[in-house]
Amino acid sequence: MSDKIIQITEMNKWFGDFQVLKNINLEVEKNKKIVVCGPSGSGKSTLIRCINRLEEHQQGSIIVDGNELTEDTKDIEKIRAEVGMVFQQFNLFPHLSILDNCTLAPIWVKKMPKKEAENLALQHLEKVQIADQANKYPGQLSGGQQQRCAIARALCMEPKIMLFDEPTSALDPEMIKEVLDAMVNLAKAGMTMIVVTHEMGFAKEVADEVIFMDEGMIVERAETKEFFANPKSDRTKLFLSQIL
Amino acid sequence: MNKLNFLQPDKNNLNTYLYTGVILVALSIFIVFLNSFFNKDIISFLPGSISFFLPLILGFIGLHLIRIDYSGLKFLDKVNKNINTNNFNAFLSLLIVFVIIKSLPPLLSWFILDANIAGDSKDVCTGSGACWTYIKIWFNRFMYGMYPNAEQWRINLSFIALAFLGTIGFFATEKFKKYLTLYYVVVYPVIAFFFIFFFISGGPIFFDFSYGIIAAVISIIIGFFIPSKFKMYYFIIVPITLYILLKYVFFYEELIELGKLEALEWVETGAWGGLSLTFIVSFFCLIFCFPIGLFLSLGRRSDFPIIKYFSIGMIEFWRGVPLITVLFMSSVMFPMFLPEDMFIDKLVRVIIAISLFEAAYVAEVIRGGLQALPRGQYDAAKSLGMGYWKMHILVILPQALKLVIPGIANTFLALVKDTPLIFVVGLLEIVGMLNLAKTNPEWLGFAMEGYVFASVLFFIICYAMSKYSYNLEQKYKTER
Repeated sequence: MSDKIIQITEMNKWFGDFQVLKNINLEVEKNKKIVVCGPSGSGKSTLIRCINRLEEHQQGSIIVDGNELTEDTKDIEKIRAEVGMVFQQFNLFPHLSILDNCTLAPIWVKKMPKKEAENLALQHLEKVQIADQANKYPGQLSGGQQQRCAIARALCMEPKIMLFDEPTSALDPEMIKEVLDAMVNLAKAGMTMIVVTHEMGFAKEVADEVIFMDEGMIVERAETKEFFANPKSDRTKLFLSQIL
Repeated sequence: MNKLNFLQPDKNNLNTYLYTGVILVALSIFIVFLNSFFNKDIISFLPGSISFFLPLILGFIGLHLIRIDYSGLKFLDKVNKNINTNNFNAFLSLLIVFVIIKSLPPLLSWFILDANIAGDSKDVCTGSGACWTYIKIWFNRFMYGMYPNAEQWRINLSFIALAFLGTIGFFATEKFKKYLTLYYVVVYPVIAFFFIFFFISGGPIFFDFSYGIIAAVISIIIGFFIPSKFKMYYFIIVPITLYILLKYVFFYEELIELGKLEALEWVETGAWGGLSLTFIVSFFCLIFCFPIGLFLSLGRRSDFPIIKYFSIGMIEFWRGVPLITVLFMSSVMFPMFLPEDMFIDKLVRVIIAISLFEAAYVAEVIRGGLQALPRGQYDAAKSLGMGYWKMHILVILPQALKLVIPGIANTFLALVKDTPLIFVVGLLEIVGMLNLAKTNPEWLGFAMEGYVFASVLFFIICYAMSKYSYNLEQKYKTER
């Protein structure tokens, strides 16, 4: 097997009559960090939601870590367990404490002993610097802390790939940095990451490649430096001129 | 001294306004009090309509005078803030106070002062008040129905034991806390069932189930030596096989003799009744309707068409028919569909019918809770690799059920208050017994007392339940 951990070929997806994703081809190698950007409604979120099958695609194939995602849902949970995801709205479980949020899936999905799961969770919470909040409930934390907890929660499953769906869009400007820091650390540790974000500073700092999407198509894909220095298509140039 | 302006009381002449106001209010209440309690109308010298409205007018002016913002007096501020914020509220407050004062004497005299409780026949009830003697004489029937007096210790014992077992949760140590849910959801109802089956019912059924007990005991003992891998299959297969073997192959004759010897006297369910039957029916219906409703609500949101439409059909059917017809059907129609030699007890049929009926309501209440959860919760649970059941049990249901505690409590209260309807199949719980008692020629004319008595009992039960649900709500409240 090659070290291509995600392979998407000729993928199309419709919401009703509306085609959200058009002919997507994307290959991601292990340990690469990829930033997906583009205007809203361009299908970025749908694309990464397809990667752990929170959305189903109608045509083409998606192969994640050697497993093709199809109608056959038998091992979909196994694949999802290997793919961590962080959401725009955090989506922490409000009825559980921060620690329980992190240990829930390892204990029940991976059948990890409770003690071990708690140690692991504390370790990851330490990494995102909220270990001292472990016994609070999500409602008692700030947005930035909640998002960092969400990152720790995904990491506790020890995923091979991490997907970030606009992780900083719902945050106050002051809290964006603390979340980005956590993500930068994660990137430096060698995680395979696909990040949908508008934070171009983050893209410049950690991304190996940047993908620009518009109207459900991948318009441009380039090395980070190349992407910012001399974008090829006019649409990308326009986008960059507005966002930078 | 500052200028007095009675239209606009202010702080400068606080004492003047306060004293005048309080005296006026006190006077108005005094007039109504005298009128109501001692039947003395001290303002009767005034023309009719004025004397009627005078207390109201006096009190109204009085309240107006004491309506002074930030007076510095704690009590006065509290009164102003709560019952005297403006003219309209002052008026309403006065009216409520007067109505209470007016209605107290007749209530008091009916309930206590003119009531009778002594003696043991109708003859002592000569006063205009309630005849509690009636309740006293019939108390036993109201509690136990037609259950034989000599056997009532069985009901008492069962209920006391069950009440005691129900409070075990409060004494559980940390170590056993995690088994509490299992205990209350599975073990406790089974124990309750056995108590009712063995003790309250007794008779030949008691005997039949002794096979089950023997089978269960034997299989549990052997179960300790079975590798945990096969335990699940073991506990499904072996007890049933043992039961069948015991019943049809071994010991048949011997056990019948044994059972006959030890069995308690059989009391058929038709003789059960009164408050104890209310408890039995409510208890089992509550226990059964909740899980059924839960599964129906999940089924209704299922992706599988068969499950989905089955659930929708069940919910809409049971919600669409009146309970009284369901009960009637359960007793009249249902047995026609059964094989001739098969017999299902009337009480069991009623419990099944009510459970299914209320389950439909519970299902819709729970569905409301499920829909209130943001889609992100499902996404998050799925993205962590949880399947359908793990997602629902660990993430979705704990939140959804917490949201619908008030709604579920509502349904459960309605259920308890629906139980009197079982009179249509001839089961007489407390209200049924009341209806029976009031037609007794010896005791005609005391329906009121009976209904008041039943209302008080139902109120106590329902209020306790609603308090409990409120406590649950508080206990599981977390900030979102």
